Amino acid sequence: MSATRRDVLKMFAGAGMMLASSRHLAALAQTSTAQPRYGGRVRVASATTSIADTLDPARLSNQTDYARSRMLYSCLTRFDASLTPQPALAERFDTDDARRWIFKLRRGVTFHDGRSLHANDVVFSLMRHKDPATVSRAKVFADQIESVRASASDEVEVLLHQANADLPVTLATFWFAIVPAGTRDFNHGIGTGPFKLKEFKRGLRSVVVRNPDYWREGRPYVNEIEFAGLGDEGARVNALLSGDLDLVASIDPRSVRRVESTPGFAVFRQSSGQYSNLAMRQDVTPGNNADFTMAIKLLFDRARIAESVALGNAIVANDQPIHPSNRFWFAGLPQRELDLDKARYHFERSGLGNTPIPVVASPAANLSVEMTLALQQSANRIGMNLQLQRMPPDGYWSNHWGKSAVGWGNVNARPNADAVLTEFFKSDSTFNDVHWKDAQFDQLLMQARAEVDEARRKTMYADMQVMIHEKCGVAIPLFLSSLDAHNARLKGLSTIPVGGLMGYEFAEHVWWDA
Amino acid sequence: MSPLLRLLLQRLALAFVSLLLVSVVVFLITAVLPGDAAQELLGRDATPETLAALRAQMGLDQPLPLRYLHWLGGLITGNPGRSLVSDAPVMELIGNRLPNSLLLAAVTALIAVPLALLLGTLAAVFRGGWLDRLLNNGAVVLVSVPEFLIATLAVLLLSVKLGWLPALSYASDIDSLSAAARVFVMPVLTLCCVTVAQMMRMTRAALADQLDAPYIEMARLKGVPPMRLVLREAMPNAIGPIANAVALSTSYLLGGVIIVETIFHYPGVAKLMVDGVSQRDMPLVQTCTMIFCAGYLLLVLIADMIGILANPRLRHAR
Repeated sequence: MSATRRDVLKMFAGAGMMLASSRHLAALAQTSTAQPRYGGRVRVASATTSIADTLDPARLSNQTDYARSRMLYSCLTRFDASLTPQPALAERFDTDDARRWIFKLRRGVTFHDGRSLHANDVVFSLMRHKDPATVSRAKVFADQIESVRASASDEVEVLLHQANADLPVTLATFWFAIVPAGTRDFNHGIGTGPFKLKEFKRGLRSVVVRNPDYWREGRPYVNEIEFAGLGDEGARVNALLSGDLDLVASIDPRSVRRVESTPGFAVFRQSSGQYSNLAMRQDVTPGNNADFTMAIKLLFDRARIAESVALGNAIVANDQPIHPSNRFWFAGLPQRELDLDKARYHFERSGLGNTPIPVVASPAANLSVEMTLALQQSANRIGMNLQLQRMPPDGYWSNHWGKSAVGWGNVNARPNADAVLTEFFKSDSTFNDVHWKDAQFDQLLMQARAEVDEARRKTMYADMQVMIHEKCGVAIPLFLSSLDAHNARLKGLSTIPVGGLMGYEFAEHVWWDA
Repeated sequence: MSPLLRLLLQRLALAFVSLLLVSVVVFLITAVLPGDAAQELLGRDATPETLAALRAQMGLDQPLPLRYLHWLGGLITGNPGRSLVSDAPVMELIGNRLPNSLLLAAVTALIAVPLALLLGTLAAVFRGGWLDRLLNNGAVVLVSVPEFLIATLAVLLLSVKLGWLPALSYASDIDSLSAAARVFVMPVLTLCCVTVAQMMRMTRAALADQLDAPYIEMARLKGVPPMRLVLREAMPNAIGPIANAVALSTSYLLGGVIIVETIFHYPGVAKLMVDGVSQRDMPLVQTCTMIFCAGYLLLVLIADMIGILANPRLRHAR
């Protein structure tokens, strides 16, 4: 079947060449800019690489791993531009109660080693996350699963402990990639993804080649991708501008002008749910004082910080974690602005006076040092004595994050409202860096998760956004855009707001324009 | 026993003790660093359950002294174990990269050492003259400019502006002499800037010291030609310190070129070691340290031997 498709494509390519040589050249040229072209090699650099690089879906931990996994593996579902789950290896998914789910598998899908996809592969790929010995990063999610059963060779039944209407979203995340049943050695990268692994050197680079049998018709477009990690941002941009790389991830806002002013190069900007948050712990002073936390939230000059600190590569946020692109974003929540008078009123009521208040920031949490400096300036104007404590990035997450009384955290875009709310705001979550405990919120969260009716869910998520905005000791001043830079001839990039590099899945979308 | 052989044996014994001490110190220091490999690997996604499982898989649940002895035993039998983080054999990880580092060091040394000796000798011979001042000031400037600046400026000029050279140096792209030249020019240029300046100044100082000595004046009065005066009379006495300066610079090339590896994406062993430290990958860090330390001791030993061989007075026990 796949050979047929390949033949058809070849035939089209041949026809194109014949046409091009004829008088219909002008007509073809018009379509050629819109129509993806096949062939070519793309050299890409991400920002991180180390000996910890891994091809085991359960252990993926950074943008390099994520992007590589999207080249090699597929999931049961995939994200579209609004992060609504679409069919992938599962061509259909159904549920009545959000607890018992049926996934109908696509037929004729093969792994890179030629084996056909079977329901048993799906059972293995999902259930292995529950075993502590797998050391899965998705274990918390996987623990929601009660059982996975192959009900037919092309049908899988997933039973959850509790209803979760967002299961198809979770199963589209990198960790739930489908691998052949029984895989123990992941170094060969055998999956059903758009590319096959040719070379994998930890901490250096990997090379993948086009998978002609990929299940998505007509994709991918390029023949080969060379993917390296280059830690130095300046080196990444230089290598792009000198023509040694075609696409580089995570450029600094300060490099944007340089790239955009060089002919032949462009910046790929995606606004997504990534943010840095100031967490004021609710169980210790001064965060347990509601007037103090409200004063802090009123002291951010958000629009100005977006301009001066993020150089315009951010949008103003409203002290709640749901991004405006999300289908559950609550538009009716009034935007909180800088208000010195109100802030002064709350600060005076807090009775803290000129007690020095340390604010822990680090380059590990994006722009947190710069945002603290901006906050300090407005705090000075109402007599609040904030003291910046700058910590090195090494060990920041294990030693300071969630432990300091007032300190910055950093959250990468999550695929759905449930994930970000559960991980960072549920009372018993280990990532709840604010130490915020609200039984009503937890109850609402569980109800919204189980709710199948979209409109009712929307109201619940709106209520939760209001609760966080009003009551939680967290300040979320901005949503930060992801910035990648590329050769302007490289086409096909569009927004999938779970992260940079097109939600890390650029590989099957990019193509070379003539 | 000849003094040379005795020195050799003495030094080897000392080297063995130093290596052992260094390994203990590195082991203790890495143990004091916050977090272990399991925590670093799982980061914020760690749950107590997965953390415990990973620690058991990595052998981190064993007590510290036991882990050390285990590693040491492995090393002595030629097997430094597996990297905790990547589960690949340490020898494989290092084996992939050490040849690249050695190659870069060799090419740099091959260019930098003769150049530095030549310039240093010229500066010493014409000390006080315009050439000497030019070289000296040039050296101070080059030593003061940080490598990453030189490297970045070189990339900006030679690859981004002029487009003559690739901005990245993948060692695997070497399939011809011209390709090798293109890959190596910028890293070598950057490293030469730092090392040549250091070695040149040491050469000048050591040689100038000798050239001011009374015996040189006597030789000059006896009519020894200038060339012979410098190379045959003064140089043997200066070669000891010079060889040591060269050894120091070369050992630096072996392990300390992290900047060059980062900016040019050169697949050397320095980045591997930095990864190892930040991921708390003890077997990897330990083995890298041992290799760097052994390399350093070896180079210093060779330098001392050269000093003794070149200087007849040191060859005999007093």
